[in-house]
Amino acid sequence: MKELTKKKKINFTPWIFISPWIIGFLIFTAMPLLFSLIMSFFNWPVIGQKVFVGFQNYITMFTKDAQFYKSLFITLKFALIFVPFNLIIALILAVMISIPVRGVYAYRVIFYLPTVVSGVAVSIIWGWILNGQYGVFNYILSFIGISGPDWLNNPSWAIVAIVIAGAWGVGTMMLIFYTAIKAISKDLYEAAYIDGASNVRSFFSITLPLITPTLLFNLVTSIITSLQEITLVLLLTNGGPMKSTYFYGLYVFNNAFVKNRLGYACANAWFMFLIILLLTALVFKSSDVWVYNAAGKNKKRSKTS
Amino acid sequence: MKLSKLEKTIFYILLTAFSLYFLLPFVWMILTALKSEAEAYTFPPKFFPSVWHFDNFKAAWNSQPFGTYLANSLIVAVLTTIGQIVSCSMVAYGFARFNFKGKKVLFTLLLCTMMLPWDVTAIPLYMEFKIFGWINTLKPLIVPAFFGSAYYIFLLHQSLTSIPRDFEEAAKIDGANEFQVFTRIFLPIMRPVLNLIGVLNIITVWNDYLGPLVFLNDRSKYTLALGLAAFKGVHTQQIVPTMAITVVMVIPPLIAFGFAQKYIIEGMSGAIKE
Repeated sequence: MKELTKKKKINFTPWIFISPWIIGFLIFTAMPLLFSLIMSFFNWPVIGQKVFVGFQNYITMFTKDAQFYKSLFITLKFALIFVPFNLIIALILAVMISIPVRGVYAYRVIFYLPTVVSGVAVSIIWGWILNGQYGVFNYILSFIGISGPDWLNNPSWAIVAIVIAGAWGVGTMMLIFYTAIKAISKDLYEAAYIDGASNVRSFFSITLPLITPTLLFNLVTSIITSLQEITLVLLLTNGGPMKSTYFYGLYVFNNAFVKNRLGYACANAWFMFLIILLLTALVFKSSDVWVYNAAGKNKKRSKTS
Repeated sequence: MKLSKLEKTIFYILLTAFSLYFLLPFVWMILTALKSEAEAYTFPPKFFPSVWHFDNFKAAWNSQPFGTYLANSLIVAVLTTIGQIVSCSMVAYGFARFNFKGKKVLFTLLLCTMMLPWDVTAIPLYMEFKIFGWINTLKPLIVPAFFGSAYYIFLLHQSLTSIPRDFEEAAKIDGANEFQVFTRIFLPIMRPVLNLIGVLNIITVWNDYLGPLVFLNDRSKYTLALGLAAFKGVHTQQIVPTMAITVVMVIPPLIAFGFAQKYIIEGMSGAIKE
């Protein structure tokens, strides 16, 4: 008897330590996830009668709701512009801040600075800079002979405005690239230098192949975040003009909290969840082809990332 | 990488050009906040105000209960930070220093929650908190923090796994129990990462907009981020007071970052490296 209790005690210690997360996971993640799936089969207003409707929400979404396809298309378009643009800028900046020249630390801090600013503040600041009538951005453009559009009120430019404002927070991704670049052995560059390779050549033959796992990580996370983008569009354009920035996240949010169709919004959200899972799986699957794999060492890493 | 003199010059020009993109919006924010309303609305824009209106801040601040919003933001920031530090240190310790059945599955699950889209859980959470009677209170923003956050647990976990087993064995020989090993040996080891988590959490919570937007509807409960967004919504033609509050909103995270930039830039990247 005594031994049994002793054994039990040993087994329970780690569980006591991780219990906060387990309880939190059940209450704030698992239960809502399940609840959301159930709600998606109901006609579910905030107040009032909940009615089971089977697959009706999904059927409506795919066959009767034109806005669903429009929002989906706009969001994919945004991701298609924003993700490569952001990745390239982040990579360029990361390479730059990893070159050990005088004062480089200051630049490291400067490039990272905007990431600590609230989306609310970002939208106010950039909304003012990109203002069509008084905006300083168009004023600066006029110096080089460009007559800038009315960024936020022009349906074809509003999405670009979101990209410009969104890329202000590229610092997080830059920092992740920077870490990966810093971890590359200096000897490789020395050897390449002795062999007469140019800096550009070194970048494409050493840096880029060695950081592909990080590239993969950044690619996946930025696809996920850009498919869910909502704060900036909510505050900068509120989906306008003419619904040209009515992103999927905003569409789901409005269905739920403005139009009070919680069940329908859950169906929308689950659909996006599946897309994100699919894309993530696809990116990981394709990674075998292009991710540098040092004796399987990096493979483990891209799995855990 | 070796750079020639010409390359170095081009390099600095490029660095500076990029810096303008990241810095000028801050400068423009401050300059706008200090102008008169008439001067802000001129084109071509005047860069410096002819009279520096420092009283803009006071006027804007007093035009709405921003003091209350600030108090709410501070309550949430302090309580969530306490919650995250207590819960994440425990959970990370449990995962990093013990072997138990199902550990791998649970830890993978924990990492997966970081990828979860926000709106899949937000809508049912709204219903859940409604049942709890928490809507329009600060509880939905505070209580979950006491159950840990995947990213912070991950950061702590990375800092704990490399420590040799001898540490707890030596302590146990000295007669310390499991709990004492945690508080006396591992908490001090986790301290630098806990500081980092504290700063990251304060910045995240201070900036959060969607959480307050969904769960709060009464002005007396607004956080500063939500209050500022609401202020912007009704004062679309008054950029000066809006910018003044924006300055107030932006400064605390910048200060927090200033204190912790070494931790953040080196520490965070150290953890990502795993």
